[in-house]
Amino acid sequence: MTAAREEILARVRAALAGAPEPPEVPRDYAVRLGGPEFESRADVVALFTERVADYRASVRHVAADELGTAVAAALWGREAKRIVVPSDLPYGWLAELDGVQALADSSALDPPVLADLDGVVTGCAVAIAQTGTVVLDGGRAQGRRLLSLVPDYHLCVVHVDQIVGTVPEAIDRLDPYRPLTWISGPSATSDIELSRVEGVHGPRTLEVLVVED
Amino acid sequence: MTPSVAGPSGRPPKFSEAARTALADTQLRRNLAAATHTIRERRAAVVDEVADWEDLRDAGAAVKDRALLRLDSALEELERSVVEAGGTVHWARDAAEANAIVTSLVRATGETEVVKVKSMATQEIGLNEALAAAGITAYETDLAELIVQLGDDWPSHILVPAIHRNRAEILALFQRAMPGVPPDLTDDPAELAAAARAYLRERFLTAKVSISGANFAIAETGTLVVLESEGNGRMCLTLPDTLISVVGIEKVLPAWRDLEVMLQLLPRSSTGERMNPYTSTWTGVTPGDGPQDFHLVLLDNGRTGALADEVGRAALRCIRCSACLNVCPVYERTGGHAYGSVYPGPIGAILTPQLRGVQSALDASLPYASTLCGACADVCPVRIDIPEILVHLRGKVVESRRHRPVPTPEMLMMRSIAWTMGDRGRYESALAQTVRWGRLLSRGGRIRRLPGLLAKWTDARDLPMPPRQSFRAWWRRR
Repeated sequence: MTAAREEILARVRAALAGAPEPPEVPRDYAVRLGGPEFESRADVVALFTERVADYRASVRHVAADELGTAVAAALWGREAKRIVVPSDLPYGWLAELDGVQALADSSALDPPVLADLDGVVTGCAVAIAQTGTVVLDGGRAQGRRLLSLVPDYHLCVVHVDQIVGTVPEAIDRLDPYRPLTWISGPSATSDIELSRVEGVHGPRTLEVLVVED
Repeated sequence: MTPSVAGPSGRPPKFSEAARTALADTQLRRNLAAATHTIRERRAAVVDEVADWEDLRDAGAAVKDRALLRLDSALEELERSVVEAGGTVHWARDAAEANAIVTSLVRATGETEVVKVKSMATQEIGLNEALAAAGITAYETDLAELIVQLGDDWPSHILVPAIHRNRAEILALFQRAMPGVPPDLTDDPAELAAAARAYLRERFLTAKVSISGANFAIAETGTLVVLESEGNGRMCLTLPDTLISVVGIEKVLPAWRDLEVMLQLLPRSSTGERMNPYTSTWTGVTPGDGPQDFHLVLLDNGRTGALADEVGRAALRCIRCSACLNVCPVYERTGGHAYGSVYPGPIGAILTPQLRGVQSALDASLPYASTLCGACADVCPVRIDIPEILVHLRGKVVESRRHRPVPTPEMLMMRSIAWTMGDRGRYESALAQTVRWGRLLSRGGRIRRLPGLLAKWTDARDLPMPPRQSFRAWWRRR
């Protein structure tokens, strides 16, 4: 065990004898969205919306005071009866829910139970405009990783101030010590003749609500 | 300790022979041409929209070089970070050692079934076969891997291992080999994907142990990263109690920030998407969320040998995107099986011989499985100069044969040419002979067939008839 470790490290050192100094990483790539088309926050948010929709996920904008109604409407549209939510989901998000039972997450909800539910509502940590991605880090309103995975429908609430332009901006905001899930559209596969099919093992439907200030 | 890279069973023929069989299969060529052209166009479209793509490639190459050129300290740092975050780190010198470690870890859980995320490293070491020998069933959960596993087939592409199968073939396979398949299943890809979802659902929900690879392992933080599309990866990385990740030592990145480069390069290069549907990152274990027992198996298996080669080591930058396969005119026609390794295509032609050595006829033939057109180098997101390494490895193949008791025909020919060209008189008389014989052999201004061993040259092309006199002869007379 340690013998293997020592031997591999010794081989690496022997292999690198006389090797050049490691290079500095040239970071001339764009860290922010540039150009005249991204002058305002609204442009970045618009790009996010467009890119999420490209993945055949549905995306809608709502005002902050309409969020409860929008969440309820989305769930009614799915005819959802029982859903799961992270235990710290803001109460207001579910305030208008009528006829839909929302179970707060607990360790008693194991995968087979979650698989029988009609969906999940979560927030996110960061969203990326350039790639149409939402990132969950298990923080506020996000819960355990399996919540946004096992149920077949995921409704994700994104506040506009969570949307950044680029991948480097997102990496800068995220905490590597939290378990992260980057989600770009519903689960998909291109394994059969490279023809894209949405919906395999992860949620087959992803809906994003962008909450304006 | 000897590195081994899995390939089809039996004694695989050299590339040119295997390619002949593949080329005769018109169905295969149709499947491959359609698939490679689709993904090629998709990649080009999403790369073209990135204005700073070349800057990202520069950064990507430098990030990998930075890790590789101080790999010893990077690995030690990675080990420290993973252990601090609650994981356990194991080291494996070769495939057999890695398989033994994983087998004993699975046995310790008392489980006899594991679910697997698609991983090149575990394919390379033949892990599924080793687990089966120990009475442990490994279920591949990626759709293409499932197709390969159910069909007892061999992967032919890094990203889409079942690229050589079309929908009709996959339907027939599911009907034959997938328990509980719906009787009215059609060859619509959406229906086939739904059948796979139903088949694997139960396994995911009850699995206790999973095995993965990783696209990246970050030394600074101890974070592992897996990019995927279907959600099978998330299932395996999240639901079981125990997670075992087998990761090649070249997968390490120095810093968290380096991920901002790789997460832009990899999805666009491999699936031709701005971002793949799911990327999971985890650092050790998180109480109350996901596997509570995490093992990282660091795999050498010939990588340190490649690292020692100052030209060849650039191959270790590879992030397994498979863009080089998709643009390669040779791969497009022969498919992946002819390369006789889990790593096909241009990258396989430089990786396999470096990991396995060039002793076998197959491995010695791989550096020649290319026209050196350079399309692969143009698309490589980490700027691996594949043609340069191919030529370098051809040199190694020749070098390895120099000391054989019986020289190869090629070597005899090269030696006699060297002798001829070493002296002006010999050279000029040989030239005069060549011109005479060349003119005798030609018909209609072309030589269509050379005699003996030289016939290999004219098998695929004609030679122009040599002119009546050589430049030297003309010069002397003017």
